[in-house]
Order: sequence, then structure tokens, then C-alpha cells
Amino acid sequence: MSKDLRNPLARARGLGSAKEGVSHWMLQRITALALVFLTVWFVATILRLTHADYATARATLAQPWNAVLLIALIVTMFRHAVLGMQVVIEDYVHTRWLEVASLVLIKFIAVLAALAGVLAVLRIALGS
Amino acid sequence: MAQTGRPLSPHIQVYKWQVQMVTSILHRATGIILAVGSLLLVWGLAALAADPEAFATFTDCAGSPLGMIVLVGWTLAFFYHLANGIRHLVQDTGKGYAIQSFVRSSWASIIVAIVLTVAVWAYVLAGGHA
Repeated sequence: MSKDLRNPLARARGLGSAKEGVSHWMLQRITALALVFLTVWFVATILRLTHADYATARATLAQPWNAVLLIALIVTMFRHAVLGMQVVIEDYVHTRWLEVASLVLIKFIAVLAALAGVLAVLRIALGS
Repeated sequence: MAQTGRPLSPHIQVYKWQVQMVTSILHRATGIILAVGSLLLVWGLAALAADPEAFATFTDCAGSPLGMIVLVGWTLAFFYHLANGIRHLVQDTGKGYAIQSFVRSSWASIIVAIVLTVAVWAYVLAGGHA
């Protein structure tokens, strides 16, 4: 008799009871690795803008590479934040409807904030 | 909690204090702080995209006493989550689980976060000239 109670197809797919396998875990790590570089770049960029005036700050962030990295930062950061907040909510919110509502709410907030952030960077980069 | 009548595992107060407890919960706490802080970052970008007046409102808030406290707290949360996050990425490869190195790397996360926060704010308060 097989030691593994899962059927062979489920084993091959490796998706488990959550139907998504290790994708949450893996995406959390990949976004984390990207954020190591993106956030350090961002903090260094902001520090160089300490006490800069409006025009300098805007012109700096409007440079193509800065705009691209900034958009990458915004998207990755909110994706990572949702993955992390999701785990915290799942662990600590024990009222089911409140848990589901919180999980949906953080996703709505994250998507809206990310879109607003990307639009702001595009406006800065394209000068409109 | 459901009243199942089953025996419970000993709760927090019976355990001896260990640094690993602190680094674990601090990673979550700073993660939540950074998630909220990311919304403030979007505010700053939107203000910069809008016009000089909106950006002045943002920088005035950031430069106010409360704003400075938030920024210093954000910096500390950021460097802690960064340092401890890198520590977790290393541990994901299966390294650093021996008790001694686990404790040592826990302290390293905390100390690195404090040192980098102090360094950044020394730089900022010195007027941005290293």
C-alpha cells in the first residue's frame, strides 16, 4: 500500500488543499528579493533629494530609469504587502465574515493605491 | 476561542524571554507599518505629480514634529523588515537554524536596523551632506 494518501495526479500537480501549491510562499519570496534591491535604491534616491525643491525632485523622478524603477517598486511593494497582510489576517481574525471582508478590503485598497501611484509616476515622467 | 475542553498548550507568560520571539513578531508588526506607510508614499508621489502647492502640503506634513516621528518610525521599521527579511531569505535555503546562529542573527537584525536608522537620520539632520 502506498504511504502517500494523495492520488498520483494530485501529487504530480503538487497543488495541495489550497489548490495553489507553493505559489503564495514563492511569490512572497520573489517579491521580497526584488524589494531588497528596489527599496534600497528608493531610499538612496530619496536621501539624495533631501531638502531638494519641487522642480529638482520632479525632474529627478521624471528620468526614465527612475520612473521605471519607481513603477516596479510600487507594483512589487503592494503585491508583497497584500501577501503579508493576508497571512496576518488569516492567522489572527477568527470571525469568518470579518476575515473575508478584511481580505477583500486590503486587495481593493492595494490595487487602488498601486494604480494611483503608477499614474502619479506617469504624470511626473510624461510631464502632464 | 471555542470551548472544546481540550488541554491547552502553555500560554506566552510561562516562556522564558528569548530574542527569537521578538524578531518573529516584529517582522509582522513592521510589515503592517510598512504597508500603511506605502499609502503615504503614494500620497507623496500624487502630490509631486499634482503641483508645487500640493507637494508643499506633503513636505510640510512630513517636516512637522508628528511627521518626523512617523518618518523615523518608518525608517526603523523599514530597515528592520529589510534586515530580518534578508535573514529569512537566507534561512529559506536551510541555513542558520542552529540555535546559536539563530539567536545571533536575530540580534544582528535588530542591531543593523538601529545602526542604519541612526546613520540615515544623522545624514538627513546634517543637511544631506555626508
